[in-house]
Amino acid sequence: MRNRRPIVFAAALTAGALLAGSAALAADPIRIGFLSTFSGPGGQLGQELLDGFELGLAATGGTLGGRAVEVIKGDDQAKPDVGRQVADKMVERDKVQILTGVNFSNVLLAVAKPALDAGAFVVSVNAGPSQYAGAQCNPHFFAASFQNDTSSEAMGLEATKRGIKKMYLMAPNYPAGKDFLAGFKRTYKGAVVGEVYTAFGQLDYAAEIAQLRATAPDGVFFFYPGGMGINFVKQYDQAGLKKTIPLFGPSFSLDQTVLPAMGEAAVGAFAATHWAEDADDAPSKKFRADFEAKYGRLPSPNAAQAYDTVMALDAALKSIGGKIEDAAAFQKALETVKFDSLRGHFRFNRNHYPIQDFWLAEIAADAKGRPILSKRSLIAADHADAYVDKCAMK
Amino acid sequence: MTFALFAEQLLNGIQFGVTLFLMASGLTLVFGIMNFINLAHGSLYMAGAFLAAAVQAATGSFLLGVLVAIPATAALGAALEFGLFRRFYARNHLDQVLVTFGVVLMANEATRLIFGPVPLRMPLPEALAGSIEIVPGLVYPTFRLVVLAVGLAVAGLLWLVVMKTRLGMWVRAGSSNRAIASAMGVDVGLVFAGLFAFGAGLAGLAGLMAGPILAVQVGMGEPILILALVVTVIGGIGSIRGAFAAALLVGLVDTFGRVMLPPALGSMAIFLLMALILAFKPKGLFPVHG
Amino acid sequence: MAEFDPHRPSTIDRVAPIAAIAILAAVPPVAGLLGDPFLIKVATRVVVFAIAAIGLNLVVGYAGLVSLLHAGLFGVGGYVVGVAAWHEFNGEALGLGPVAWAGTADLAITLPLAGLLAGIVALVTGVVSLRTSGPYFLMITLAFDQMLYYGAVALQKYGGEDGLQILSTITFAGRDVSARTPFFYLALTILAATVFLLGRVVGSRFGVVLRAAAENERRVTVTGIPPYAYRLTAFVVSGVVCGLAGALLASGQQFVSPADMSWVRSGDLVVMAVLGGLSTLWGPIVGAAAFVVLELVLSSWTQYWQLAFGAIIVVVVLTLRGGLADLVKLATQGRDAR
Repeated sequence: MRNRRPIVFAAALTAGALLAGSAALAADPIRIGFLSTFSGPGGQLGQELLDGFELGLAATGGTLGGRAVEVIKGDDQAKPDVGRQVADKMVERDKVQILTGVNFSNVLLAVAKPALDAGAFVVSVNAGPSQYAGAQCNPHFFAASFQNDTSSEAMGLEATKRGIKKMYLMAPNYPAGKDFLAGFKRTYKGAVVGEVYTAFGQLDYAAEIAQLRATAPDGVFFFYPGGMGINFVKQYDQAGLKKTIPLFGPSFSLDQTVLPAMGEAAVGAFAATHWAEDADDAPSKKFRADFEAKYGRLPSPNAAQAYDTVMALDAALKSIGGKIEDAAAFQKALETVKFDSLRGHFRFNRNHYPIQDFWLAEIAADAKGRPILSKRSLIAADHADAYVDKCAMK
Repeated sequence: MTFALFAEQLLNGIQFGVTLFLMASGLTLVFGIMNFINLAHGSLYMAGAFLAAAVQAATGSFLLGVLVAIPATAALGAALEFGLFRRFYARNHLDQVLVTFGVVLMANEATRLIFGPVPLRMPLPEALAGSIEIVPGLVYPTFRLVVLAVGLAVAGLLWLVVMKTRLGMWVRAGSSNRAIASAMGVDVGLVFAGLFAFGAGLAGLAGLMAGPILAVQVGMGEPILILALVVTVIGGIGSIRGAFAAALLVGLVDTFGRVMLPPALGSMAIFLLMALILAFKPKGLFPVHG
Repeated sequence: MAEFDPHRPSTIDRVAPIAAIAILAAVPPVAGLLGDPFLIKVATRVVVFAIAAIGLNLVVGYAGLVSLLHAGLFGVGGYVVGVAAWHEFNGEALGLGPVAWAGTADLAITLPLAGLLAGIVALVTGVVSLRTSGPYFLMITLAFDQMLYYGAVALQKYGGEDGLQILSTITFAGRDVSARTPFFYLALTILAATVFLLGRVVGSRFGVVLRAAAENERRVTVTGIPPYAYRLTAFVVSGVVCGLAGALLASGQQFVSPADMSWVRSGDLVVMAVLGGLSTLWGPIVGAAAFVVLELVLSSWTQYWQLAFGAIIVVVVLTLRGGLADLVKLATQGRDAR
């Protein structure tokens, strides 16, 4: 299937296009597969990304590059093999031209290769595994979100700039956890006095927090996504450490998917982020207001990425008259795409991962008393990932 | 490890163990007496946390949340028992596992449908939010001490009821010999429903006490259910005493395993413990059924 | 005991597995006619999970022991294929003590290896687990599954939690089987062989003892037959079968990850077996098909599909004591079925 079928498909597609003529083709909707985690405990993440994505489509009037869009949703249940099955369905039966939505790296690694082999574009709204940023980089693979390590690298720069001498690192014991801590260590010049990996999904951190207190570091850099982050931050606050040993993290540990549940406990923590809720540029203000009006809650940077992905696709397709069928043109259009990104400076690097700005944000209460990521200062302008040199993109 | 640190880790282990005991006691009672494996026990824990958080969000009172959530979870448990689970007491364990697994799936999705995908917030009242210096050099979160005290109080109460009352006598008889129990002429259906509701109330209590410490989110019941099942089995199914001993053992092994072993071994420490214990004592530390 | 066997296979029990395999075998040509090659992918998944569920059913249905270890054994099989292919692809020999092995992506070598290794793991864990019974057995197998899971997570070299992509072309005895149709028929052949061989096993004296011990252990023990040895054998055989299924899943989707080994996946396999019906050899095929198709169809309707899925499980357990196999029997036997 990997070798012969795509050619057959491509031939059929070309023949069909020739017969139908380009006018009829332009009338066909663009088909997008949105594969994400919608059920079970991880279901919140998929919903957040989908909400951002659909808000983006609402802003473009339900079109991309002037063509109608059909979004086919699928639930990967956070299981790679289930994701693979649904991705196969999207590519083969629904004939999606773009596969997007995936939130977990392991699912993306399971689905990207077969989708790319079958001729679809894979545009990530969230997961940014190092494999596709480096040696496995692919002409039809784009990450409109971030590379996993980059926000940690930014926080390492910030911690060094602040003159924090002793840092204590904590993350779950899985590849993304190791990537995030590795990213931090890549740019941090102070001493790492502790590096602790806990079980994925751990509930109680009292034991680790006690060990941490005994080490008396100047700061704690942590990466705990989802429920783990809520557990850790609440327990850290209850242990009375927040005021004496400040918390630092990538935005993924401290965004609107978890901040409402953390509440007061998170206020005062610092995050490195590529977008913040109080960003005061016009596109961000509109996005924030629209999101709140439609969904009744504040958006996270993840929702902003998903929204941005739509804007990038729309701008790229507009520049080529909506002809997504011309893969080479579409690839080139995306590579050089210019759009009003919520993140200010945004462009794709040679490996199709973003070059973007990273900001320091502090968790603070907004006018309504809700904790938000509040922008403080620019940490790194036009930050690129560390894997691009390993990428031999044609 | 200094003495203060050791003492703190000891407290952590006991406190974690006591929380597990609250879950495991209900599980082991239902398991031992009705011979019913209830995977939905974790869903009742989740219900306790969500109900308490919702009431607190609506009224601003933590205490009101507690007072509503416990009876409400008990009532939910009674409804499940009466509506569905009692049909399964006479069925094999596999059918029980499956039907309660189906209920777990439904409970999780229904909770997401009702409360939305974002985890709920459950702040502590001012008086419980900080930490106390127990002895110089040993600072401990106030709320964790409360959890510890409540857990020990419930354990003591259960011990009194089981050892000193008529109901307890029946329960002891019931868990070791079901035929004698029903021959004692008690309204079995009513007692079963009552027991189930009681276990559900304890799960609700465990859930709402976890609320301020852990994330109140969909699926929060399953990780704790697994640990509670481990405790139940290590202790010996049906044995309250066994559940208490096993809960403390698991709490301590987990806490010290995490800080003293490499991460990969630390995460499987309690499973290693369970496999070891069952290899030598196939019916747990305090076997009930001959 | 030899005189009367209540489990003597009826006509339907003889015909149904052949019919199931024939129906599956017809999928590729039908998919070709419909122009929907995705159907072959679905059918492959059904076949793979059917093999695993049939293997598991030997323990759950025939020996009466509910195991949560089998996803772990399934994953062991998958990792054998994944690791062997990784070494072949990266040109880095796998050092096994004094021997260095270049690795391979040939299933003619890795499939037996996957079965063997899964069987060894099943033997080691079974020796300990089978000392217990009932809920204790359920929990000790859960413990072993968790250990295998965390063991796979600790395999940093092979991707850890992220899992392992299989980038080599999958072959069988030198022939490229990576295209979907040949791969499907390879999997189907293994399913047919499994059904045939296990059919011989459960129909033999071995199967009779296994079931009798599940129904009344004491009666079997007094006849001088040690149930333990029988159960251990069944456990190992089912482990081998699950390992084969895991190897096929990994090859088919060119990916293996610890998520394949989580206890939830073990639960899925148990659900498939029970959904289909435990008392027959072919029930799990129906169960696996129902599970895979339901998952696919329901989840395309609504993101709250697990609500409906949970309800279906509850209803099936509540009303169909023999699983979906009962429905098939009712439909085919018509009025004769009481």
